Amino acid sequence: MNIVLIFLITIFSVSLFFYGKSKTKTISIKDNIKLNALPKFYGYYLVLWCSIPALVFLLVWSLFEPIIIKSIIIETAANQGAIFSDKNEANLIYEKIKAIHLGTYFGDIDSILRESALAYAKFINLFTNSKVVLIFAIIIASVIYSLKKIKNNNKARDDVEVILKGLLFVSSLIAILTTLGIIFSLLFESIKFFSVINIFDYLFGTNWSPQRAFVRDASSITAAEFEELKDAFGFIPLIAGTSFIAFIAMLVAVPIGLFSGIYMAEYASIKVRRISKPIIEILAGIPTVVYGFFAALTVGPFFRQVGENLGLTVSSESALAAGLIMGIMIIPYVSSLSDDVINSVPQSLRDGSYAVGATKSETIKQVVIPAALPGIIGSVLLAVSRAIGETMIVVMAAGLAANLTINPLESTTTITTQIVMILVGDQEFDSPKTQSAFALGLTLFIATLILNYIAQRAVKKYREKYD
Amino acid sequence: MTKEERLKKRHQAEKRFRFYGITSIFVALLFVVILVQNIFSKGSSAFKKTVITTEVFFDQELLEIQNGASQEEIMDADFYDIMIENLIKAYPAKDRDEEDELLKLFSGDAEIEIKKAFLNDNNLIGKTITLDLTASDDIDQLHKGNYPRDLPEERRRISDFQLVIYDYFVENKKISKNFNNYFFNNGDSRDPELAGIGGALVGSFYSILICLLLAFPVAVLASIYLEEFAPKNKITDFIEININNLAAVPSIVYGLLALQILLATIQLPRSTPLVAGITLALMTLPRIIIPCRASLKAVPPSIREGALAVGASKFQSVFHHVVPLALPGTLSGTIIGLAQALGETAPLILIGMVAFVVDIPSSPVDPSSSLPVQVYLWSESAERGFVEKTSATIMMLLSFLIVMNFIAVYLRQKFEKRWN
Repeated sequence: MNIVLIFLITIFSVSLFFYGKSKTKTISIKDNIKLNALPKFYGYYLVLWCSIPALVFLLVWSLFEPIIIKSIIIETAANQGAIFSDKNEANLIYEKIKAIHLGTYFGDIDSILRESALAYAKFINLFTNSKVVLIFAIIIASVIYSLKKIKNNNKARDDVEVILKGLLFVSSLIAILTTLGIIFSLLFESIKFFSVINIFDYLFGTNWSPQRAFVRDASSITAAEFEELKDAFGFIPLIAGTSFIAFIAMLVAVPIGLFSGIYMAEYASIKVRRISKPIIEILAGIPTVVYGFFAALTVGPFFRQVGENLGLTVSSESALAAGLIMGIMIIPYVSSLSDDVINSVPQSLRDGSYAVGATKSETIKQVVIPAALPGIIGSVLLAVSRAIGETMIVVMAAGLAANLTINPLESTTTITTQIVMILVGDQEFDSPKTQSAFALGLTLFIATLILNYIAQRAVKKYREKYD
Repeated sequence: MTKEERLKKRHQAEKRFRFYGITSIFVALLFVVILVQNIFSKGSSAFKKTVITTEVFFDQELLEIQNGASQEEIMDADFYDIMIENLIKAYPAKDRDEEDELLKLFSGDAEIEIKKAFLNDNNLIGKTITLDLTASDDIDQLHKGNYPRDLPEERRRISDFQLVIYDYFVENKKISKNFNNYFFNNGDSRDPELAGIGGALVGSFYSILICLLLAFPVAVLASIYLEEFAPKNKITDFIEININNLAAVPSIVYGLLALQILLATIQLPRSTPLVAGITLALMTLPRIIIPCRASLKAVPPSIREGALAVGASKFQSVFHHVVPLALPGTLSGTIIGLAQALGETAPLILIGMVAFVVDIPSSPVDPSSSLPVQVYLWSESAERGFVEKTSATIMMLLSFLIVMNFIAVYLRQKFEKRWN
């Protein structure tokens, strides 16, 4: 239905374009008046007025229609005598009613369901009809308005440009809307979570075992269950595991990335630079699921084998394997950023150092790096925020159980792994387990936001210093 | 320490420092080579499949259809007995147990393959033809040499008797390797020999298409606004801060956003390329806006001023002169953003694309998988045959990424104007 409507709107718009263009031309020739804009702008003007209000209306309507119909249908079903104790059961009944309407339901149909399905069909019909009528009303109203305008020989180009400028502004607002969407969707579920679990139990608890909260309704919780829930969502092991793996990753990425950045900025010939820089940047372009596969199937078992030969017990999901591979993924972030930063250190500082007899490496160690330090720290912080937000490598190569450990050969888990594990497969909303994933997401979002903010500030301050 | 010794020491330190630099670059390059070599050595065998050449006799009594039967009749006919009767003749088995073991060497689709042969030529009743039937995963892996046969029998998936049959097949040249059409045409399957990336390819295609349709226009319009029209005020600053932050938000957070807004609130269908495309579009938007703005900024002000001087409006100067000049940079930034979106996995897992989907999606609102998610799904499977399938999927994914990046670089080098 929507596709037909969009098609119709398009046809109207295109025909209005040609109508407007030729109409204004004939008017100007017949009445011998000078138009305020080229004829085609009158066409554009009509097109914009015909399509934008109708399309916006259609979008908004399509977003809200299912929600409104659902609440109406659940209410009518309840009035008919359908019994459901919570939201999940209500959803189930709604899905059944929908399936009966579409003819894809093959279970038993009782009178309540049949009546509701009829009501559903009625509402769908009503909504579709009113949608079509309203859209045509909108099109007719806006076309009449705009036709009147062009008959009065308005400044069509200026008006078109004002509308288009509005369109440009709205596009740039989508970034703000996305941020708002992220914040609201994370906060909404997190608040529900923290109404059941005390925020201090979450932040300072040392035990993470969300499976205890599975299939349990948050609203009807007994005192004993509450005690048990209290220490099921301790955040400490997760942040410990995340930081630990990120730390191992940085142990790999910082020296390799920094040294290759320095080499490329200070030593490498243009030819070497032109070849090696893109190849190192390939590392950043490889999808992380590929690294995860490599870490889980090759590196993990390899470390385990090596450990066995040395007489060590190495978990096949060791933090070491995940951290190492993550570090390799991060190398290009460190190297290309520090390369940029070092390049923007003014040549005069180096020349001064050479003039008093320092060698190249002494100049780099004692002049260039101290001068570039804020920028380098900024790039390392950006890399850290990458590392803690990275998901696939740890999902595939790190463990699932939350262990508090500092042994790199054991398995640990991370924030992102837990989010995926909780939300994969069937989830029920309104269980503290599902909500905890959003709380973790919120924590992750805030942590990366702070890191990025500090890093960007550092890099910006540094840039300003030498501009 | 004399002066000469000190100088020598300093020069040695210089050499050491250079050596560290070269080693770091070398380690990074070495890793690229190891990774690619590892994936290719594991994955290249997946493009071939093992087939067993079998004689099939179409017995009218078992089939109960006539020569020249219509398509519906053939589709309804039962080919199961025909399959059993013919497959057990592939090797002189002695009793029921041996026959069962023999049958397990063929894939689960043997019946369908025989039916397809009959559909191609419906005059086969009473005739005997030779068909290349797909072998089971175990035989496939054994024949490709991915599976050690010197393990003790209880730790092997193939029994000693099946090895005897296999050797008999090899001796009589009944076993060979063909192009693996199933890998490209089929959807997912529990049986590695039948599993393919057809569904994932189509799913990824739809997702990226939707992502392109949503993200590209919005990103271009937003960057034109911010670069050319936006007044310097608080709102503009706020938008810019937002875009920079969004580009650094972990991708999994976008998965949570999609789960809450697109699935729970707007109730779009789960596991579909439509939702995946919208999610990826939100995620790539800031990553496209940043290079778009950079390429708009690179157009020198003299172009704008020239246009304005001959009487163009601000709009005309931007859309007729600045945007066309910035287009190569804009397009290459978009393609690189799309390449990142193509490899993105975590948000797609959260919106349910990990569902087991056998059918190839016919529209963006059908449940489907995508290439990176397929890699994740298969890497979790225990069967040995999925290792080569996973690696081959990665090879496909990487080749798409290489092509996209190549196009992006080409566009930039060929069409972008240098202004200084």
